[in-house]
Amino acid sequence: MAKVKLDNLNHSYVPNPNPEDYVLKNINIEWNDGGAYALLGPSGCGKTTILNIISGLINPTSGSILFDDKDVTNLSPLDRNIGQVFQFPVIYDTMTVYDNLAFPLKNRGFDSSYIDKKVKEIAEILELSSTLQNRASGLTADGKQKISLGRGLVRSDVNVLMFDEPLTVIDPLLKWQLRSKLKELHHEFKNTMIYVTHDQTEALTFADQVVVMYEGVIVQIGTPTELFETPKHTFVGHFIGSPGMNILPCDVSDQNVTCFNHQIKTSSDLKNIQSNSKLEIGVRPEFIKFSSTGLPAEVKNVSDIGRYKVVECLVSDQKIKVIVNEGEEVTTDRANLEFNSNYTKIYQDSWMVS
Amino acid sequence: MSKKTLDNKAWLFVLPMFILVAFNAVIPLMTVVNYSVQETFGNNLFFWQGIDWFEKVVNSERFYNALGRQFLYTGIILVIEIPLGIAIALTMPKKGIGVSICLVLMSIPLLIPWNVVGAMWNIFALPDIGLLGYAINNWLNIDYNFTQQPFSAWFTCILMDVWHWTSLVVLLCYAGLISIPDAYYQAANIDGAKPWSVFRYIQLPKMKKVLTIAILLRFMDSFMIYTEPFVLTGGGPGNSTTFLSIDLVKVALGEFDLGPAAAMSLVYFLIVLLVSWVFYNLMMRNEEN
Amino acid sequence: MTLELQNIEKNVEGSQHIYPTSLVLEKNTINILLGATLSGKTTFMQLMGGIEKPTEGKILFNGNDVTKVSVQKRNISMVYQQFINYPNFTVYENIASPLRLQKMEESVIDQKVQEIADLLKLTPMLSRKPNELSGGQQQRTALARALVKDSDLILLDEPFANLDFKLREELREELPKMFENKNTIVVYATTEPSEALLLGGNTVLLEEGKVIQFGKTQEIYRRPFNIKSANVFSDPPLNRTQISVKNNIATLDSVSWNVSLQDGEYTLGIRPHHVYPKKNNEKFFEITGQVSIAEISGSETLVHFKLKENEWVSQSHGVHNFNLGETTKFYIDISKCLYFDNQGAFING
Repeated sequence: MAKVKLDNLNHSYVPNPNPEDYVLKNINIEWNDGGAYALLGPSGCGKTTILNIISGLINPTSGSILFDDKDVTNLSPLDRNIGQVFQFPVIYDTMTVYDNLAFPLKNRGFDSSYIDKKVKEIAEILELSSTLQNRASGLTADGKQKISLGRGLVRSDVNVLMFDEPLTVIDPLLKWQLRSKLKELHHEFKNTMIYVTHDQTEALTFADQVVVMYEGVIVQIGTPTELFETPKHTFVGHFIGSPGMNILPCDVSDQNVTCFNHQIKTSSDLKNIQSNSKLEIGVRPEFIKFSSTGLPAEVKNVSDIGRYKVVECLVSDQKIKVIVNEGEEVTTDRANLEFNSNYTKIYQDSWMVS
Repeated sequence: MSKKTLDNKAWLFVLPMFILVAFNAVIPLMTVVNYSVQETFGNNLFFWQGIDWFEKVVNSERFYNALGRQFLYTGIILVIEIPLGIAIALTMPKKGIGVSICLVLMSIPLLIPWNVVGAMWNIFALPDIGLLGYAINNWLNIDYNFTQQPFSAWFTCILMDVWHWTSLVVLLCYAGLISIPDAYYQAANIDGAKPWSVFRYIQLPKMKKVLTIAILLRFMDSFMIYTEPFVLTGGGPGNSTTFLSIDLVKVALGEFDLGPAAAMSLVYFLIVLLVSWVFYNLMMRNEEN
Repeated sequence: MTLELQNIEKNVEGSQHIYPTSLVLEKNTINILLGATLSGKTTFMQLMGGIEKPTEGKILFNGNDVTKVSVQKRNISMVYQQFINYPNFTVYENIASPLRLQKMEESVIDQKVQEIADLLKLTPMLSRKPNELSGGQQQRTALARALVKDSDLILLDEPFANLDFKLREELREELPKMFENKNTIVVYATTEPSEALLLGGNTVLLEEGKVIQFGKTQEIYRRPFNIKSANVFSDPPLNRTQISVKNNIATLDSVSWNVSLQDGEYTLGIRPHHVYPKKNNEKFFEITGQVSIAEISGSETLVHFKLKENEWVSQSHGVHNFNLGETTKFYIDISKCLYFDNQGAFING
């Protein structure tokens, strides 16, 4: 396993690019050995490009990649010792499950007793032992993805294991199993794992640390809890959480924050606020309560998801969403919204004021 | 079963084609069957012969010689054209301007009328004034004359067919190859697979369907080949390149023996049908496994 | 206007794709077809729309038998998982296409197209072609084309499955507004229970070609007919274990409580969010489990643990830290337990 460092990466798919042709801009990341990391962002944000640069399938326009402080930017994928699981199952149809798993080791010249031991070990962990002699093409989608995963795990010298939206073709009911299996594997083998996805649940439950990207730029790096409780940019607040953070316009004057003429307590430091910038308040639906005092609002709609309800409220023409636990009563007409000041932050030009 | 209203209308669309096929294929076929069981001495007088002609064909040495030549020819064609087609398809570019250029180059031999192909090669291979003939005789110092030497005649026929039809295999295999997603090559790269392994485990399996079509097409076409070798060699020298169709036409039109010719063509038809059926089933069973 | 399916079934070359089923769908309702992949959702939709003809049974529209009527003659629209638009038409032309087929006047067409484009936020893209649009915009175009012709029945086959998580959320929220005041029957197929709950309306639960349950989404969620229903509607899967009841007392591990059930063996089902890591309520009962994995997503914690031989999941708000392999206490809300008999049928406890 290795430490992975991305140093000043910039990439464009067109030769002689203009500034706006870059799909990756100034990417700097340092990932520790043995950690589980996620690259999270909407389609087109550049996360798959980063993955392909790390695996060596693309050469970056500028910048370098280091494994354990060794520059691997010019090495081929083969020489970087990586494993990759793709969006759709990539298996060798004509081989059995056993041969599929043995393939990477055979190509590297290991002897058959070692290969046999390794293949059986990995098959056991992935619960593929009973299918070892079957033709790989006959397995279900999740079985095939496990084979893809297995081919990365059989090699004990692998530096990084990478996943490119691997659960896309898996049935929702089986996604759970595969996700927990990945987490289990991480605990068992302590590999450096990098997981690319646009699904926040997958990213947040899998990773110790998540890199949130938007339009080729890193917006925030943090633990799932940090990203949830202290999003540094309104995009992170909006993208993470279902539903995302409520962003409301506000005014700041004389150390007071007002929103729709109602005073709001926040946990942001008001010293550095410039009056001519765009000022907004961000608060997650989970941190808003109905109370007797607070911002007056009109209750528009209640959606019952089973374990909680999402209440859509309107304050003048601004929508605010509130999450209410199962079983709690929701008033039907007018209500007052109280924001938890610990989790209410001020954003200046979309960046959090610290 | 509920009626499907749309399907009935569909029959009307098929009707013109149906009539066309009936006139061009079914009725002539029935005529042949008719001839195969009758004897004629001209003037539209027919006498019932039963299966006599069939017996004659099945016991005819001439027929088996022609059949043998045909199997040999088809065998050699398949052994050369299929691997060659795959190899060329593998080297063709997948992106950029090269793609269009290659596709056009590959299509050109397929567009030339078959008798023109025969005529072209006839002149090309002439030992004194043809470029190929001259080159082999004078630059390679090999005695080459396809009008007099059976081996040279075979060589020229096969070379002509390879030139004419390999492109078909190339185009079919190429279509199969470009449909393979990049991720397979990436995964193989990461797994450390050598180029031969990539071919054996990724490209060949993914090309299986198109290869089946290519082999089946080449088998049937080469088994029934007539125009090109006839224009090139006329079946000669002697009868060394008299393949099954050429022999059939000789019997039917040359000797005007309609009965035996009809019987022979039916036997011929059944052989093609049988071998194609066996071959097809073998490939399909392989697929199901 | 109602759509009625009478004993519909679909048999293809000896294998039963859809088992005999009868359903009535009312106008102005959203009906969700919920089931796993290959459970028959697409076939079912195609039968409703007339794209496939049933092997047996009748389809009635407002009382009229339309079983043999071709799709073109029925007034339906369909939106697919893959973004299907006419590639050579602009967005405007795409949306206008069904109206042109109905031979409406240009001015009327223009008005309707502008209206729908506004509703679906497509107005700035009207002159572009589909391949110049993002995935979300392409799907909006497909939706606009389906909505513009005021169909009696709109079929949506997992329309947002190929879109980003956030985009899916956004479009799903807008969906009810799109169908307001349209007097149409909407059928929406999905594999995700949370989508069904968010969209509300009625739900048809499908498993392997059989309709397991049909009714108001909330109703089915809270009172499933049987264990299959409960499972289809659970994401994460329903926690289950065997319990025995004697003299109206149910026992699980060291815990007992009163139930009004006959003596015997039952399957107890409890949804993951009714299993808590902390005793939030005096009435909660304690169970012991061995933690196998803990997933923290910032807003909630999912703990997988072993209870006897069963794998259970606890889903709770906030961040709770667990050590792997540790044996620890969890708390269940008995009032939320679901009881199923040996055949899997739901029993009121």
